[in-house]
Amino acid sequence: MSETPLLEVKGLTKSFGGVQAVNGISFTLNKGDLLGIIGPNGSGKTTTVNLISGFVKATSGRVIFKGRDITNMPPYKIVRLGIARTFQMVKPFYQLPAFKNMIIPLYSPRVKALAGGKYGDRDAVALDLLEEVGFERDNQVAYKAASVLPQGYLKRLELAKAISLQPDIMILDELFSGLSLAEVASIVPIIEKLLLEGKTIIMIEHRLKELFRIASRVIVLNFGEKIADGVAKEVMESDEVKKAYLGSEE
Amino acid sequence: MLLGTIVYAIINSVILIMMSIGFNLTFGISGISNFAYGALYIFSAFSTYMLLQMVGLPYPVAALVSIVLTAAIGALMYRFILMRVRGQVLSEVIATFGIGLAILEFFRYLGFVGVEYALPVFIDDSFMIGEVYVDAQRLIIVASSVVLVGLLWLFVHYTSVGLAFRGIAQDERTALTFGMDSDWIATLSVSLGAALAAIAATVIIPLGTISVSQGYDVLINALAVSIIGGLGSTGGVIVASLVVGFAQRFTDTYIGSHWTMIVSLAAILLVLVIKPSGLYGKQKELEERI
Amino acid sequence: MKKRKERIDRGIKVRSEDIFALSSWREMLYFAAPRVIPVAVFILLPLVLGDYWQRVYLSVAVFALLAISWDILSQSGMISLGQALFFGMGAYCSGVLNHYFGISPFLTIPIAAVVGGAICTVMLLPVLRLRGVYFSMVTLIIPLMLERVIEATKIFGGTEGLSGLDVLPSKWLEMYILVAAMIAALFGFRRMMTSDYGLVLTGIKDNDRSVMNAGINIYWFKIQALFIASAVGAFAGAMMTHVYRFVGMPVFALDYSILPIAAVMVGGPGSFAGAVLGAFILVPLSEALRALGGLRIVFYGVFLVVFVVGMPEGIFHFIARKYSQFERWAEVDK
Repeated sequence: MSETPLLEVKGLTKSFGGVQAVNGISFTLNKGDLLGIIGPNGSGKTTTVNLISGFVKATSGRVIFKGRDITNMPPYKIVRLGIARTFQMVKPFYQLPAFKNMIIPLYSPRVKALAGGKYGDRDAVALDLLEEVGFERDNQVAYKAASVLPQGYLKRLELAKAISLQPDIMILDELFSGLSLAEVASIVPIIEKLLLEGKTIIMIEHRLKELFRIASRVIVLNFGEKIADGVAKEVMESDEVKKAYLGSEE
Repeated sequence: MLLGTIVYAIINSVILIMMSIGFNLTFGISGISNFAYGALYIFSAFSTYMLLQMVGLPYPVAALVSIVLTAAIGALMYRFILMRVRGQVLSEVIATFGIGLAILEFFRYLGFVGVEYALPVFIDDSFMIGEVYVDAQRLIIVASSVVLVGLLWLFVHYTSVGLAFRGIAQDERTALTFGMDSDWIATLSVSLGAALAAIAATVIIPLGTISVSQGYDVLINALAVSIIGGLGSTGGVIVASLVVGFAQRFTDTYIGSHWTMIVSLAAILLVLVIKPSGLYGKQKELEERI
Repeated sequence: MKKRKERIDRGIKVRSEDIFALSSWREMLYFAAPRVIPVAVFILLPLVLGDYWQRVYLSVAVFALLAISWDILSQSGMISLGQALFFGMGAYCSGVLNHYFGISPFLTIPIAAVVGGAICTVMLLPVLRLRGVYFSMVTLIIPLMLERVIEATKIFGGTEGLSGLDVLPSKWLEMYILVAAMIAALFGFRRMMTSDYGLVLTGIKDNDRSVMNAGINIYWFKIQALFIASAVGAFAGAMMTHVYRFVGMPVFALDYSILPIAAVMVGGPGSFAGAVLGAFILVPLSEALRALGGLRIVFYGVFLVVFVVGMPEGIFHFIARKYSQFERWAEVDK
């Protein structure tokens, strides 16, 4: 416990109008963890992630990353510090080929800084990264317009965009939603590989089976509050979690 | 002098409210910014003038017909032009602006320029408020704007069409799933905005003459008030009109009339710097629109 | 039997653009013709025109620059209804520098482009934080208000304006500075928008959230695009000031806002070539229609509506498609 956590969330709260979307959530994240955030629809998972990544301003509470307070920083600064995320609804630039979609993240000042002040050949880097997430080079998928790619590839593209920023923490917002079992099965190894490389990952997920295979820790949200935190198996045994998922017993 | 300034500042504010409420309402409901708004205002004025002078209808009938006619033009504008480009902000802006331009400049081309183009006041009389002379027309403007805002409030809160307006304004997709016809509501919203422009013209124009350049002025005022108050917020329109109306009148009296435009411009820039979405803007800057 | 229209890239297009294996004169000509011919026309045109049409050509170039400036903004997601702001700011900057300080036009024009562009950018800075129509609304009213401010405060000559300004030493010089600027802007900005930098700008228009999520400060990029566009507009204004030897309130007039938009709409947005083409069609047309007086502006209004609704891609894209693709009717399966 001597190690300072990579990310520390303290009493994070957001209310929209009168509704408490997120209410006093706290947790810590150590380097190399894969934290799963689960909970029923509307339990505040995405809002929590939006708060951490700066897309939504917190009503109260703090987010501390590498000992630095990043609460309510603009999103682009948070990304530059090393937290990258994906979005649940993928909105690529449809008219552009897949690899051209990678240009914008590769134009990021973070990429430039990490590469020692120069960008290099973005097109080549883009193709390499896409191959890593499963855009087979042989059949030229990376050159196809995003508008003709199936959802599975668009999700991989979204993942590749996050990887290209070489973040310390990656937040994956429902990466598996809308994908077939086979597609999920082909993405899981990519995530496992990222963990081996020492990345820290937060995943919001409804596909619990796949999540539990890779998650080292899970927190459960319900009505904007954290109701459980721990190892996957134990968490799911808890009465409160069962109640949240199966509905109340009254 | 102070009392007079205050009285006329209130009247000035009310005129601004009348000029901008329609523009703001249309935007608030359907997200359409109708840049033809000033042109519709002038169209209604000329239409009343023609019905009055050339056809010879009685004044109230001419005014009423003009209001209906303007509302119809608003509806047609949506049905035949805006509906095709719905959702593309660029196209909506350019299309409405083009329509407005065509209408206004067409009147100028037809030679509708001069002091003879004016509408008679409703009642030729004046009253004393304290030591200040106020003519009946200005009181009518104030009274009608109070009635209008009241009616609008009742309409939006208590009628089914009004509730549908609010539904669409809050969440178009959800409203669609409840079977609301978004195009029909948008038609009504543009039409209602046009009618409000026409009503404003009917009560305000008798104070002066009808001129094409006023069409642009009305649009500028409507935009300025909406920017300051916050697009789509009726409360914002009222507050912003009061702010601008008072600021204009007081600079006019105590500093000099040529400063009024600078004051409006400064007010806009200041509000944009401090709170870009306007005093009561519903449009969040970027957050919460994910 | 149902048929649908099928469009296929011409083989020559693919070979000459994507692979760059230009193996025959025909292919090289195919690639070069749409670039070389317009440039040659731009350069040679002044030599064959009479005095009157040379003046018209000057305004074509000015409006082409304003239209290009508009197109830069629109491709970055900002819809300006007030090109007159940029034009007028540049015009007044150079006029004031020349009138009050006696600085030569060779200096006032570049200074006005930079300073005028910077002033416009600073004025519009707060609006950049908002999406949607705010930018249009604010750009529309600021030049109209500035016109009133000048009229009311009588600064910089008030309604009279500043006249008797210096001209450039030769009319050929002013002609070819403008033509060169137009050509440079056309090809330079086309290049810029297809580069990675341009990709970020168009990315902001399509999905700003995604660009922000790449750690890119979208406001900073928007500011850059705005400055580039307003400097181009200010340059056009400064040039015109010295051509007419006069600057006054009319530089903020609606004409300078509307005609560029109409030009882009007619020519086709998103390519700059469309903007120039539109200026080449509309400006001479409006000269020819001069007899109609005010009705011209009515036509602009109608043009805007017709093209926005009926032909949103504009003439240039239509021609480009015919040039690079062939069409045929193909049977629809089943």
